[in-house]
Amino acid sequence: METGSSTPAGSEENFEDFSDGTVDYQEVEEEENKHSIIQEIRNELSPEGASSSNGFKKSESFASVRSKDFCESMEDLDVSPDDYFHDKEWIQKRKHIFILSSAGKPIYSLHENEGKLATLCGTLQALVSFVQANNDTITSIVADGIKFVFLIRSSLILVAATRDNIAVQQLQMQLNDVYNQILSTLPHMTKIFEKRQNYDLRKQLAGTERLIDHLLVNDTSNKKITNNVFTTLTNTVQVLPLSTAMRNNVTSAIQNNCSKIRDLVFAVLIANNKLIVLVRMKKYSIHPADLRLIFNLIECSESFKTAESWTPICLPKFDMNGYLYAHVSYLADDCQACLLLLSVDPNVFFTLSDAKKKITEKLRRSHCLEAINEEMNNRGVNLRTIGIPEMRHFLYKCKVSAQLLCAELTHPYSSPSEFDRLYSIYCDMYHRIHNNLRPLKLIYHVGEKELVLAWVAQAYELYAVFEPTIDKNLVIKLVNKLVRWVEKEQDILFIKNHPNF
Amino acid sequence: MKAIEAKVVILGSEGVGKTSIVTRYLKNVTSSDQGPTISASFFSCKLYLDGVKVKLQVWDTAGQERFRAVAPMYYRNANAAILVFDLSQHKTYRDLKMWAQELQRNVQDPMILTVVGNKLDLHATRTVSREEAFLFASSIGANYMETSALNEQGLNQVFLRIAEGLVRLANENKSQTLRRYDSSNSISAYSNVFADDDQAFHLPSVHLGIPVEEGDVHSSDVGRLETPSWSIDHIAHGSVETTGWCCY
Repeated sequence: METGSSTPAGSEENFEDFSDGTVDYQEVEEEENKHSIIQEIRNELSPEGASSSNGFKKSESFASVRSKDFCESMEDLDVSPDDYFHDKEWIQKRKHIFILSSAGKPIYSLHENEGKLATLCGTLQALVSFVQANNDTITSIVADGIKFVFLIRSSLILVAATRDNIAVQQLQMQLNDVYNQILSTLPHMTKIFEKRQNYDLRKQLAGTERLIDHLLVNDTSNKKITNNVFTTLTNTVQVLPLSTAMRNNVTSAIQNNCSKIRDLVFAVLIANNKLIVLVRMKKYSIHPADLRLIFNLIECSESFKTAESWTPICLPKFDMNGYLYAHVSYLADDCQACLLLLSVDPNVFFTLSDAKKKITEKLRRSHCLEAINEEMNNRGVNLRTIGIPEMRHFLYKCKVSAQLLCAELTHPYSSPSEFDRLYSIYCDMYHRIHNNLRPLKLIYHVGEKELVLAWVAQAYELYAVFEPTIDKNLVIKLVNKLVRWVEKEQDILFIKNHPNF
Repeated sequence: MKAIEAKVVILGSEGVGKTSIVTRYLKNVTSSDQGPTISASFFSCKLYLDGVKVKLQVWDTAGQERFRAVAPMYYRNANAAILVFDLSQHKTYRDLKMWAQELQRNVQDPMILTVVGNKLDLHATRTVSREEAFLFASSIGANYMETSALNEQGLNQVFLRIAEGLVRLANENKSQTLRRYDSSNSISAYSNVFADDDQAFHLPSVHLGIPVEEGDVHSSDVGRLETPSWSIDHIAHGSVETTGWCCY
């Protein structure tokens, strides 16, 4: 057994943020309770605002205490003798994710029922506390060809296990996304665990599993092949291509109708997992990881299509200690773009509802709805139409804005197994380029089935996959052609600045 | 008094059909799987009752456990609550007691409570008897009705009864949060689109269909599937004001 562990400080280095993140995650965690951005905004906006929110908080904690049915949750935990260790199908899964409480209670498993994994979770918890006893933190171990990667947070232990050749950092990033997803629905989780260390979180999480599954499962498992998975890999978001004039129209429609609403922090318009416009309160911005949580929530929740919703949501990178209140609605029946208006005030639903109606009307008058609809079916850059058919697929990450541009997935990567292979290639390349010990600028790799180029320039990172037979000179020519094309079209493909209200 | 505006909250366990009830009543949509509600959705509708315009702001809340902590946000200042359970799932019925207690403790103003046993279409497998549910409803001062969102049975009655109760409440002048207006055009507090009266439906105050009265309980303890004498075409539907899409 090979043990790779490092000091807590060392493990934090793995979470390098490639974008200029607003708030560093670990810092926030340590400063918990000391500093809350949401409180800050409330106080800034209205001196009496801080007190008005207390009324709600009291009843909130009242309800959450009332609803805990402790006895029942204990019964669910009965250790069952027939666990999954003899289930071939379970063992052969490519990736497993387990979440347990720091007391070793199973909370979530990607495959099958976590309730039957009490023994496994006990073992994992023992490993964690064994290393912790030496004032160290376990990062990963490899046993029998399976890589176990650990992420330890104040009240949870998250573990990924896989036979694939995926970097530890990659898996930790995924685990971190999962942790953020949990925080996003249960920001008060830490407090629950403070009160009762062996509380069974599963009851509170019911309904969130869907969101976690969706974050983790490679899209191929539901036979849907999309570029969305690459945003997690590269820590970016995708942007809906839109002409500058149209995007400005959308922006001003939002600004004109929202500028007078004082407590509004963000307005986010998205369609098909792509960002259309983000308007923000001065000084504040949304981290791409938080945006991905929003995308995930919208993608997983059909119910938002039925009616306007008003939901509290926690954006952990923005402020992990409190809720923002989100007015969520689709623009119109004939335009399935989703608008989120995020406020710190829980009582402004009707103001936002009104603003949303006006925004939709304005967008319809200025023909923005049609423009958005036209682009909604855009599944990525078509390499044939831009004259680079020898390139099979690429990822272009704009580093400043943390935005990702992808090629349309076509043959041969349109079958699930080949797409999985492409994903592994990109994972491998990404890991080698961003290796902590020896970061690289350029990789040129000729494989049996394809030729891969990874290139880190000052403003962007480019990962491109070619036919295996073409020569190096042509590759260089084609890459230059692509980069020039992207530069020419950048105002349409990326959003340079997120405007203020 | 010509018009009242009231906040209605729908509460109940996961999967009992809260969203189905409100969407079937308001939109007449048939989509069966909308997925679970996230926190709460908002609908609005209005009814006419003896010349009084009753505008309902309906909050359809999520049943999932994790949203319980935020429920107070939606039932605070509510004037009416619809407590929904699934007739074929006894657990969902037991959960209502918790909701009833929570409302009693946290809402000061008088409220129109309605207990609704949904999924009457599954009456063959019902686990909650009509008598039991009726007695519980009476014990918390609520009306009891049985509905089938699937077959659109009893939905109009639920909302009509609530509207009646709200008018009564407004006449008694006991509720501080219930908004009363002397002109039927005053309900435009937060939106300009509601002025279009054709969208609302006018009904005399009638007692039709499913509301379960005491005598009824004693006559039989077996759930009966009521087929109303009117068909769905005879009654105009309360329409959801999906306002804002200006080009119809």
